Amino acid sequence: MTNLSLYTANATVMLDSEGNRLIAKYYHRGQQQSQSYKTLKDQRKFEGELFSKTRKSSSEIIMYDGQTVLFKNVNDVYFYLIGNPEENELLLSSVLNGFVEGVSILLKHNIDKRSLLDNLDMVVLALDEAIDDGIALETDPNVIASNVSKRGTDTIDVSLSNLNEQTLIDAYNQAKERFNLALLR
Amino acid sequence: MNLDHSAVLQEARVFNQTPIRPRQSRVLLAKILFLIYRGDNMSTNVATNLFFSITKLFQSKDMSLRQMVYLAIKELSTISEDVIMVTSSLMKDMQSKSEMTYRANAIRALCKIVDPSMLPGIERFIKAAMVEKSPSIASAALVSGLHLFGEAKDVVRRWGNEANEALNNKGLSQGPSFFGGAAGQSQVVSTSNIVQYHAIGLLYAIRQHDRMAVLKLVQTFSGQNKSSSWLGGSNATLRSSMAQVMLVRYAVRVMEGDPSLQGQLHALLEEWIRHRSDMVSLEAARAMCQLRDVTGKQLTSAVSALQVFLSSPRPTVRFAAIRTLSTLARTHAEAVQPCNVDMEGLITDANRSVATLAITTLLKTGNEASVDRLMKQMQGFMTEISDEFKTIVAEAVRSLCRKFPAKHSVFLAFLAGVLRDEGGFEFKRAAIEAIMDLAKHVPECKEAALAHLCEFIEDCEFSKLSVRVLHFLGEEGPHTARPTMYIRHIYNRVVLENAIVRAAAVSALAKFGASPSADPALQRSVRVLLRRCLDDREDEVRDRAAWALRITDDGDARDKYVRDDSTFALAVLERKLVEYCASPAASAARFNFEAVPRISRAQEEETRSRVRMETMDAVLTGSAVSTPAQHRLGARDTSEPSTPAAGGAAAAPVDVFEQQAQYASKLNAIPELAAFGAQPLVSSQKPAELTEAETEYVVRCIKHVYEGHIVFQFDITNTISEQVMEQVEVSMEPEEDVSDALQPVVVVPIPELRYDEPATAYVAYERTDPDTFPTATFACTMRFIVKECDPATGEPEEGDDGFEDEYSLEAADLGAGDFMQATYIPDSHTLWETLGQAGEAVETFALANFDSIEECVERVCELLGMCPLEGALKPTSKAAHQAVFTGKWMGATRTVARTRMTYQKGSGVTMELAVRSEDQGVSELVVSSIA
Repeated sequence: MTNLSLYTANATVMLDSEGNRLIAKYYHRGQQQSQSYKTLKDQRKFEGELFSKTRKSSSEIIMYDGQTVLFKNVNDVYFYLIGNPEENELLLSSVLNGFVEGVSILLKHNIDKRSLLDNLDMVVLALDEAIDDGIALETDPNVIASNVSKRGTDTIDVSLSNLNEQTLIDAYNQAKERFNLALLR
Repeated sequence: MNLDHSAVLQEARVFNQTPIRPRQSRVLLAKILFLIYRGDNMSTNVATNLFFSITKLFQSKDMSLRQMVYLAIKELSTISEDVIMVTSSLMKDMQSKSEMTYRANAIRALCKIVDPSMLPGIERFIKAAMVEKSPSIASAALVSGLHLFGEAKDVVRRWGNEANEALNNKGLSQGPSFFGGAAGQSQVVSTSNIVQYHAIGLLYAIRQHDRMAVLKLVQTFSGQNKSSSWLGGSNATLRSSMAQVMLVRYAVRVMEGDPSLQGQLHALLEEWIRHRSDMVSLEAARAMCQLRDVTGKQLTSAVSALQVFLSSPRPTVRFAAIRTLSTLARTHAEAVQPCNVDMEGLITDANRSVATLAITTLLKTGNEASVDRLMKQMQGFMTEISDEFKTIVAEAVRSLCRKFPAKHSVFLAFLAGVLRDEGGFEFKRAAIEAIMDLAKHVPECKEAALAHLCEFIEDCEFSKLSVRVLHFLGEEGPHTARPTMYIRHIYNRVVLENAIVRAAAVSALAKFGASPSADPALQRSVRVLLRRCLDDREDEVRDRAAWALRITDDGDARDKYVRDDSTFALAVLERKLVEYCASPAASAARFNFEAVPRISRAQEEETRSRVRMETMDAVLTGSAVSTPAQHRLGARDTSEPSTPAAGGAAAAPVDVFEQQAQYASKLNAIPELAAFGAQPLVSSQKPAELTEAETEYVVRCIKHVYEGHIVFQFDITNTISEQVMEQVEVSMEPEEDVSDALQPVVVVPIPELRYDEPATAYVAYERTDPDTFPTATFACTMRFIVKECDPATGEPEEGDDGFEDEYSLEAADLGAGDFMQATYIPDSHTLWETLGQAGEAVETFALANFDSIEECVERVCELLGMCPLEGALKPTSKAAHQAVFTGKWMGATRTVARTRMTYQKGSGVTMELAVRSEDQGVSELVVSSIA
């Protein structure tokens, strides 16, 4: 059955080098989507098995559990795009590549688990810019990257009167934030 | 990663601070999203609270924060309540002319949370956004339109013109950047032109039921419709490859069914195969391969394009190509043959999916001559590959064995070789199954195959496989020239192995001892061995040995237990046992084995191999490469001899007994019919078609015979999408008067019958006299109320009361064969003798209207409703044939029918039918069914 709709992706998953989930987004919006992987348990099981199959593989595509899965391994991060089994593989591949490249640009060509978690905000936005509920939204990595805004600063509302105090507090807060993120790893 | 759920939520207080801290808030939002994506469960309450504190962030003008807020709103919208609240904020952002706004993101967020009823209010803005110069905004609007199409078809349908404009929009350059803000970015021009992809997708969704519109769309963009090309000021082209891919699909969809467009379609596909983008080229080649009536010649260009892909450095391209070829090989093996050499190169591909598909495809396209080379190649890399993949290879070799039996020595050598290597259970199982298959189907290599199996169990770490092999040796060994050879191997197991294997070995020995071909010397030695087993440590082994010794002495018992060639229909047995265990009332009594139908081992074998072929076929199509479910099924079907039919039934619902179980559960769901008994005694095996093919309605009739009732089941399908039928019932009028034997009791109508959703109506008759088995022909008419409906929704139009209508069906027959349950009865010959002539009825028929024996015997089988024994339906000679049938009348009275028929050109078939049963009356009725 040819897929005449634009719903091509069933899920996007990012795993770390031990197969633990970093980010996973399952799309249930298309009309003919399978009802599988609804529960977290099913999803985890699927991801675990998928990971064990692709961990040592250098190739970029696999048929797994009736799905076409495109994957890409960059350092200690594994990117997966779970697509419709009947979908054009090259189309799926360009979607995944667009996303991964886009993230790569945002992370200054240094994708690893640590930088990914440091820049979570940009990664989740990039994902949102690449795939919208199962429909490929953009495949050009440059556009994806440019559509993601960089972090602003908290000093935007600073008035001159309380400048000193404010900058100190900000400095403290930023330090705290860094520290918190460092703890997460 | 140990981001603590509650700690993050605690931090959410940041959102309430004034002034708002954009950076901190954004990072925190990212963390919250991370929690959701990670799979943490968030309660509605928490999500709603969070949602409301997030809405406060709209006060900040910081765009980097705003973008994150949009995303957070979208993700929370499925968990939180009252998300509608932010509609106005989002609408403001969406309409904003300010460069500061992320209009694209606002549109997507708004469309995600909007209620279909509010859609008309924002429709204007979305339509405007769709034709916006900026690709991001246009894409956002178009994609949102697609998402909304499912819920608000009526509104979205009106957006066709805008979608069309977006499709033809030449506004290539990205408009002024809307994303400047604090972060400040430069303009980036999209090279993917993906907005066309979204536009064509939405346009098709809107126009999909309008054939002419879709056709025009295809023609416009394939440069065939010159008149429209100047409309856009330049050639209408699709700059996006993804859009072009969709166009290929639409073209095939709209043109394939129309013979007058075939030539055009082929020309188009040919052209697209040469497209500069691989993606399009692949799609077109694949489409060509999947065309229904494609010829080998037309495939040439598609296949050669795919052949080029086979040697691509990108695994995805290779995979796509081999997968397409593999599917094509099922229907057009000869067209794929030119790629054989390239595919052989892929056998060792680093991508296992590619390699597997290459092998399975080669199996289809290969010929006898290439087998040797193929096997040698496989042997070369067997040691390097993973276990799972080895299993697939073994399965593949197994299919090859069936295809080229003449090459058995090559296969056997290969399999024996791989058995010696290290390997896991699944792989070894596949390999020994392949050897067993060879032994069964290629008599010449049986001895060699059994020898390999013997060698295998000498050093086998898997008890389960040893048991399997021992069982098989017990089955096949006694019929070979030198059974003693195997006995030695089997007895070795008794000495060396664990209890499970010992028990299996004892059973196998018993089979040797009890075999009809065993000479006295052999029997004596087996008895000696068995007697030694009586001292075993395990009681199961001792029991089996004692039992074996007993039955080798006792002729009757031996026939009953060892030489019996029938087995229970295991799917039914399993179901009955589950029922038995589930109901406390039933378990007070003994389990009734009589209620379980028996099938012959040959039948069982047939079912099993059919299931296997289907599984294999699924593997070969590539749809299920390395699907765990498939493997489990395969394992279940062969590795556990105790439940093969259960596995079979799961895969093939056509299984007769399973079918009956389904009927029974459907019948029992209707209270009026459930009262007739727990399960019909007999159900017809094949539904009778009461309508011609390709008519407005499709009706099938299935008859169920109960103790005192007969139920006609009508499966009705409505094939008109514009109408809904209500109160559908079938009225039956017997053509001759049978009122003394049959009384109509219940009519069950179908309350509502929608397009393409089959439903079932019933008519039940009571048999007034238990000893009369009426036969009759019923004229059937279907009566119903028709209502018009919208094909898209299937909802009947309001205020339409419909009108009554009727539709006459073909007549339904009730014959004597309908009372007969087709059951395999083991050892029908003995039964025939014991039944004797007392219950016999014989008659000779001259059947002039048959042109061959085959035709005749099939018809007779149908009329009798009995189970044909081996060879009954396959006449060996054209002139004369004998066939035996068995069955149980009303599911109880055992009946055997023998026919002898001769055929002469001119006079047709002459047949003598002799029926013996436990009841003379029954025999006569059976004979009368032919008349």
